[in-house]
Amino acid sequence: MAEIDIRAARKSYGKNPTLHGIDLNFQSGEFVVILGPSGCGKSTLLRMIAGLEDITSGEIAIDGRVVNRLEPRERGCAMVFQNYALYPHMTVAGNMGYALKVAGVPKPERERRIAETAKIVGLSDYLERKPAALSGGQRQRVAMARAIIREPKVFLFDEPLSNLDAKLRVTMRAEIRKLHQRLSATSVFVTHDQVEAMTLADKLVVMNKGHVEQVGHPLDVYHRPASTFVASFIGAPAMNLFESRVEVETASAYLGGAPVRLPSSLAASLRGKDVTIGIRPEHTIVATKGPGVAAEVDFIEELGAGRVVHMLVEGEPFAATIGEDLNVAPGDRVSLDLPLEHLHVFNRETGRRIDPSDLPADAPAQHCAPLLTTP
Amino acid sequence: MDKRSVFKSVWLPILFAAPQMLLVFLFFYWPAVAVLRWAFTLEPPFGGNAEFVGFANFVEVLTNPLYWNSVMVSVIFALAGTLTTIFIGLVLALAADRQLPGSGLFRFLYILPYAIAGPAAGMAFRFILSPERGIAASLNAMWPDFWNPAKYGSHALIFVIIIFAWKWAGYTFIFLFAGLQSVPKALTEAAAMDGSGPIRRAIDIQVPLLAPTLFFLLVIMMTEGFVGADTFGIVHRTTNGGPNHATEVMVFGIVNEAFQGLNYSGAAAQSIILIGLIMVFTFIQFRFVERRVHYK
Repeated sequence: MAEIDIRAARKSYGKNPTLHGIDLNFQSGEFVVILGPSGCGKSTLLRMIAGLEDITSGEIAIDGRVVNRLEPRERGCAMVFQNYALYPHMTVAGNMGYALKVAGVPKPERERRIAETAKIVGLSDYLERKPAALSGGQRQRVAMARAIIREPKVFLFDEPLSNLDAKLRVTMRAEIRKLHQRLSATSVFVTHDQVEAMTLADKLVVMNKGHVEQVGHPLDVYHRPASTFVASFIGAPAMNLFESRVEVETASAYLGGAPVRLPSSLAASLRGKDVTIGIRPEHTIVATKGPGVAAEVDFIEELGAGRVVHMLVEGEPFAATIGEDLNVAPGDRVSLDLPLEHLHVFNRETGRRIDPSDLPADAPAQHCAPLLTTP
Repeated sequence: MDKRSVFKSVWLPILFAAPQMLLVFLFFYWPAVAVLRWAFTLEPPFGGNAEFVGFANFVEVLTNPLYWNSVMVSVIFALAGTLTTIFIGLVLALAADRQLPGSGLFRFLYILPYAIAGPAAGMAFRFILSPERGIAASLNAMWPDFWNPAKYGSHALIFVIIIFAWKWAGYTFIFLFAGLQSVPKALTEAAAMDGSGPIRRAIDIQVPLLAPTLFFLLVIMMTEGFVGADTFGIVHRTTNGGPNHATEVMVFGIVNEAFQGLNYSGAAAQSIILIGLIMVFTFIQFRFVERRVHYK
């Protein structure tokens, strides 16, 4: 159980900065998932917490103690590596007990704890095997057991499930979650898989290009993405984003020649502004006729539980999930209804989300007065 | 499917192989057969007909206490030389593998001695470790006869082993460094997370995973220590087998016997025994050491 505090942490390799000032706070016992595309610096951040990478500037504190200058062993963290990093010349028991052996735990005590931990992860029958004689899932369990056995304050996971097949990944995901509930140590889990992130996290940190894009509960991040990056990164299929200008007269944005009504709380203050508007495929309503945004069906993906129809709107791709009752085929012309309560509006220049609360209270008046006189 | 091109003519491939085959035949098979013949005959040094003597040459060699002394010296030299060389190469490789600033330069410097001929290194060390000069002289001033390879056999043996190790450590370094680079970095990181420091990690993780490389070097360096050109060159340039035969390794004995004593037949018999000894050592290594090596 430990709180982790990251204050203005930066990392550069030579002259190339990879992390630009990260500020994060992980509560004790929290399951934190750091999500981002490859190369965003998420693993680097994790390795900085672990002590495997230097911290170029800033501070990382575990349990109130600044650990910048501490060796990995002094930080009380255990780590599960992406490719498990099991010692190939040691048995499963040897792998699990190595940390205890190094710490000088006497043999009977060590054996008792190995047996106990093996029971937790279901490896009791494999203790005398070498890692080469284990399946991928079993190796993963050994890697976890090796971390658990030390009873660390902090668990660090570096994309631990990415080498497993799809089915095993789901099982192991559930096991990791259960394990966390049981041990309640602070866990930091790095992944590029949004499903893992959504299902595991108490707190989700989305990173991009060495910056933190958004921190929050997974559902918050999903429903209120803070930027176009987060919007397009989380959710499958990805959120539809289109660029538009909010018309002065109607306070609507236009897509495919049709007006898209914006929430009234936003519309007035955004008149005449360039925005990026987003809507998730599951919120897009597809109809074969009627008013709405004109679209042409490009192709259809069958998912069994539903269908994703990929369309082209003004030549740009646009996706929607539809039920089985709607009959469409590639080449069909359809019309889209974009309900205003599901629209996400972003500043086109910065990519940041625009919320009613972000806008100055007097903004509409200021903007409207001169604008209304111009036409 | 492996690609292969087949020569249609029989003569073309033979023509290609001929220069190499000629060299192998002239400088390997012919001498080997000659040695075998000489070992069982009495070869007159200035020509003439050789007389078949059966095992007389071997009996003469094996009943000579000086010969047994040289076997002992050779075994000590090869064992101590090999172990020192591998140990130094290992320590240097572990250090260079840590990728600290400047490790590129040191990597180059560590390999450099291997490019120097053994006799040349021997010449240099005659000055460096001479008892009358430099640091050895100071130590001798404090403790008389602390270091005097011209007087003490043990010092002389240590002296030639140091030169051998100095030269060959670079060779073992290359192999061990390459071996360390192939140990996944995540393993040492995992060990670091498990609370193990650099030396503990080296002993527990890196060295066991280097076992195949270490075994290879053990076999190669033992052979090198017994019959390598440097073994003769170093002894010849520094101690000349002395004092009192204390550094008379087997190869030195053979050359002396043949070209100083002009006893070709005795030297040939010694060569055959030496070959047999290397075979025994290699067999022991494969039989008892290799089974403890983990290949992945």
